[in-house]
Amino acid sequence: MNRVYWMEAKTELLKMARLKQYSIATVAFPLMFYCFFGLLMGSSYTQGSISLSRYALATYGAFGVMGAALYAFGAGVAVERGMGWLEVKRASPMPPAAYFVAKVVVALTFGALVVTLLFALGAIFGGVRMPLGQWLLMWSALVAGAIPFGAIGLAIGSFAGPNSAPGIVNMIYLPMGFLGGLWLPIELLPKVLQHLAPWLPSYHFGQIALAILHAPTQGSVWMHVEALAGFGLLFAGVAWIGQSHDREKVYG
Amino acid sequence: MLVAELRGVTKRYGLVEALRGIDLSIAPGELLALLGPNGAGKTTAVRILLGLAAPTSGEATVFGHHPASRAARLRRGAVLQVARVPETLKVREHIELFSCYYPKPLPIAETIAAAGLGGIENRLFGDLSGGQKQRVLFALAICGNPDLLFLDEPTVGLDVESRRALWARIRGFVARGGSVLLTTHYLDEADALAQRVAVIDRGRIAAEGTPAEIKAQTRTSGLEDAFLAIMKENGQAPEEVLQ
Repeated sequence: MNRVYWMEAKTELLKMARLKQYSIATVAFPLMFYCFFGLLMGSSYTQGSISLSRYALATYGAFGVMGAALYAFGAGVAVERGMGWLEVKRASPMPPAAYFVAKVVVALTFGALVVTLLFALGAIFGGVRMPLGQWLLMWSALVAGAIPFGAIGLAIGSFAGPNSAPGIVNMIYLPMGFLGGLWLPIELLPKVLQHLAPWLPSYHFGQIALAILHAPTQGSVWMHVEALAGFGLLFAGVAWIGQSHDREKVYG
Repeated sequence: MLVAELRGVTKRYGLVEALRGIDLSIAPGELLALLGPNGAGKTTAVRILLGLAAPTSGEATVFGHHPASRAARLRRGAVLQVARVPETLKVREHIELFSCYYPKPLPIAETIAAAGLGGIENRLFGDLSGGQKQRVLFALAICGNPDLLFLDEPTVGLDVESRRALWARIRGFVARGGSVLLTTHYLDEADALAQRVAVIDRGRIAAEGTPAEIKAQTRTSGLEDAFLAIMKENGQAPEEVLQ
């Protein structure tokens, strides 16, 4: 049985790694943004007491992990569900959980890849120095963020059509990144948008990573952890409804 | 013991009655062809036997089990009408993954040979021709060494040569003792492969028997004429049927 999970995850990873619109886009965009905003513009600028190259490591790390999870689940599940492939799998003896576990593995792996590459850029070209424990804590917190955002992606993928899903994910991903303060420090956004931010999971994710850096944050870190976990559970519930709507055709 | 059975099955989607009381059974080693015009209910019957849809009333069993049960899924394979298959996996990777779902799969090399995929097993699915893609789906259906195959219009869009080659593979599966439920609207396909034919029209079985019996019933020489005669009896204009 474990072999099935292992094979499913391995195959899913191969599939997504070869899918260039996923693998290149999820890895390249956050790195590119970090080079512009974190390294080129950020060497002299400071946000609060810390350099932008350090600050942006947290926010673009969050942005990258968010993308890896949203696209793997949102676009991936919608396409396979809408084009009949999920039915071929469901008619086979595949344990249903294996399909979702494999997608989690993909989101975590690509999230980890983006974060690791960003850290390397920050350490080598941005002169970012931290104690090892802090690096590890930030790495783990960022990568773990793939789980709540995977749930959000799955909720989208369970309802969106196969052709519209990639567009819907774009429409959610990019504005959510910007409005959550992951592109530019949240303090630089207009006040109106700052009031909107607590309604976005991206904002809480960014604040958690910033807190680990000891960057100035808004509110306590545990409040942000709770909020992000809440969003994750909420959307996991929505996804569950969508998936059981599919299953109802079977048992209903 | 029957391999698969539908007893008094109806299926309603909202206001549409896709199946209106169907009895159907497949015996061991038998190839049953389900014939009918588009929208007659063929695919719905297959989906119910695959556990992908639940009957509104009536009962469906596969090897005596619920069609969605693991026991049923382990003993069957299916070629479904699927619009898109992951394209960035190699043929061999697709087969290896599906083989690991089953406790006693065929050896990978045997599946590759039985589906006629020798020489292209390391190609990406997206780089294959239509006929080759269909053979991969056939490979995924047989790789678990199932006792029952569901083939839902498996030769749609294939050229004559690929169709005939797939027929040979289906015959090979039956010759080894497997049972098959084949849906098709190619009458020559049913004539060439099936031991028994069930003609389905607007959710009901309109005729059932061996291809010869059906031709005799309708006093026609070919299954195509017999099919048209049955449809006409049911009050459908031939142009409508032939569409």
